[in-house]
Amino acid sequence: MIRRTPSPTLPRSVGKGVFRPLSRAVGEVRGGGVTRRNLLTTATALLATPSLARAQAAPRVVVIGGGFGGATAARFVHRADPRIEVTLVEANADFTACPFSNEVIAGFRDIAGQRFTYRAIAADGVRLVNAEATAVDPAARRVTLGDGTVLAYDRLILSPGIDIVWGALPGYDEAAADRMPHAWKAGAQTLLLRRQLEAMPDGGVVVISAPANPYRCPPGPYERASLIAAWLKANRPRSKLLLLDAKDAFSKQKLFQAAWAQLYPGLLEWVSLSDGGKVTRVDPASNTFETDFGSHKADVGNVIPQQRAGRIAALAGVVDRTGWCPIDPVTFESKLQPNIHVVGDAAIAGAMPKSAFAANAQAKVCADAVALLLAGSAPAEPRLINTCYSLVAPGYGISVAGVYRPLNGLLTDIEGAGGTSPLNATAAQRTQEAEYADAWFKTITHEVFG
Amino acid sequence: MILRAAVVLAALLTCAAAPPPGASSCSGCHGGVAPLPVLTGRNPADVVAALDAFRAGTKPATVMDRIAKGFTHDETVAIAAWVVVQR
Repeated sequence: MIRRTPSPTLPRSVGKGVFRPLSRAVGEVRGGGVTRRNLLTTATALLATPSLARAQAAPRVVVIGGGFGGATAARFVHRADPRIEVTLVEANADFTACPFSNEVIAGFRDIAGQRFTYRAIAADGVRLVNAEATAVDPAARRVTLGDGTVLAYDRLILSPGIDIVWGALPGYDEAAADRMPHAWKAGAQTLLLRRQLEAMPDGGVVVISAPANPYRCPPGPYERASLIAAWLKANRPRSKLLLLDAKDAFSKQKLFQAAWAQLYPGLLEWVSLSDGGKVTRVDPASNTFETDFGSHKADVGNVIPQQRAGRIAALAGVVDRTGWCPIDPVTFESKLQPNIHVVGDAAIAGAMPKSAFAANAQAKVCADAVALLLAGSAPAEPRLINTCYSLVAPGYGISVAGVYRPLNGLLTDIEGAGGTSPLNATAAQRTQEAEYADAWFKTITHEVFG
Repeated sequence: MILRAAVVLAALLTCAAAPPPGASSCSGCHGGVAPLPVLTGRNPADVVAALDAFRAGTKPATVMDRIAKGFTHDETVAIAAWVVVQR
């Protein structure tokens, strides 16, 4: 169902004295109506009455979060209608991408290849604000930044990614991540896990704990285990990798398990929930994982912890009791607050996984919807695609894909479409999928940041 | 031939319009990095023919067979018309 929230049409801000410290003079002047037909009227109005010029000020969209979802959204709102004033708020000066960071952990790729700047997005005409958003007032439609600056918006797009729920796993707090990295946000944690692996003597034990659903990148823990196993096999061949899982089933499971049996027999062991894989406590001091059935001491311990929507989503009031953000599947507008849209990992996107591909696809649909809503139009029912590649070894790729449409308020799999790579694919096809994975990463990062 | 003309006409009409359902996802992969094929500038009828063949399972594929099955022929025509004119 598309909720008909009052359209933030332009005259709304007249006389309200909305504080707009970052508005551009050019935006005030050129800000026309949203349709071409209005342009002439607006130009006349500009000449005739200064007060009307204010009435016709450009609509303002603020995007919080400069990852795959937010950076895409900012760019594509601007592209959909360059008259919209788009501000992208991001706390970090640059971006470190998660997809392919498992290759960095396993030593097959340099982290420099994961880093992207916001320069091209700013050059497009998106206003980039390098600050942390600390509050959202949905009623007043204002975002407050760490330094006290206030940004007014007509529509807000949140793409805050994930936060780790510290303490959800007893023993795993922020300090514990210095000893037992999560490496589930790419950057310093990725490099810490890499260094720990390099320092591990041959014959050591690597333990990874995978969380219950939902979490960012469903096949990620299994790709990580695979690539670390590939590195161990070549560099620490007497070592073992234990993957303790809070689930009995996971993404691309048959493909991963077939590859493990073929490539890493005796090296990589997956312990399912039913077999006692659920970790109930960790002890960072001794690098120990406890389960109901015993404890496992690690030489290198990687805890992939429970997650929820990034903090600003809760501060904006768009998070439900699950810790994630319910959204309208047509517009990505929050079901809890009007004029706030949520895309990417933080959103409850039904059957769509929390992936970079999904965040990018959602952001493009959301951006078009936001531009249409600001113009007083209703977006058509969208369809979205997701494709996620995983590497089980360098040059050995597998994929899962899906096509989705809104159904009963959720994004739902289109039956008969999607699914995983065939179990009986040839080696050439696995190589081809690895090449496609690499090309996908180059393509999507160019579309978002290039 | 009529189909081809219709597809070209649809391409002209949708040049600057909002993407038809599903079309904006394509650029996540198809953006000019080999070996993933570029769609911009192609004859839309060729894109439709490829997607129809992927859907029917008559063209070798890794992932496009799984994606094409999420769209009807008519939806594919609209998508092809749009993607070939994107920059």
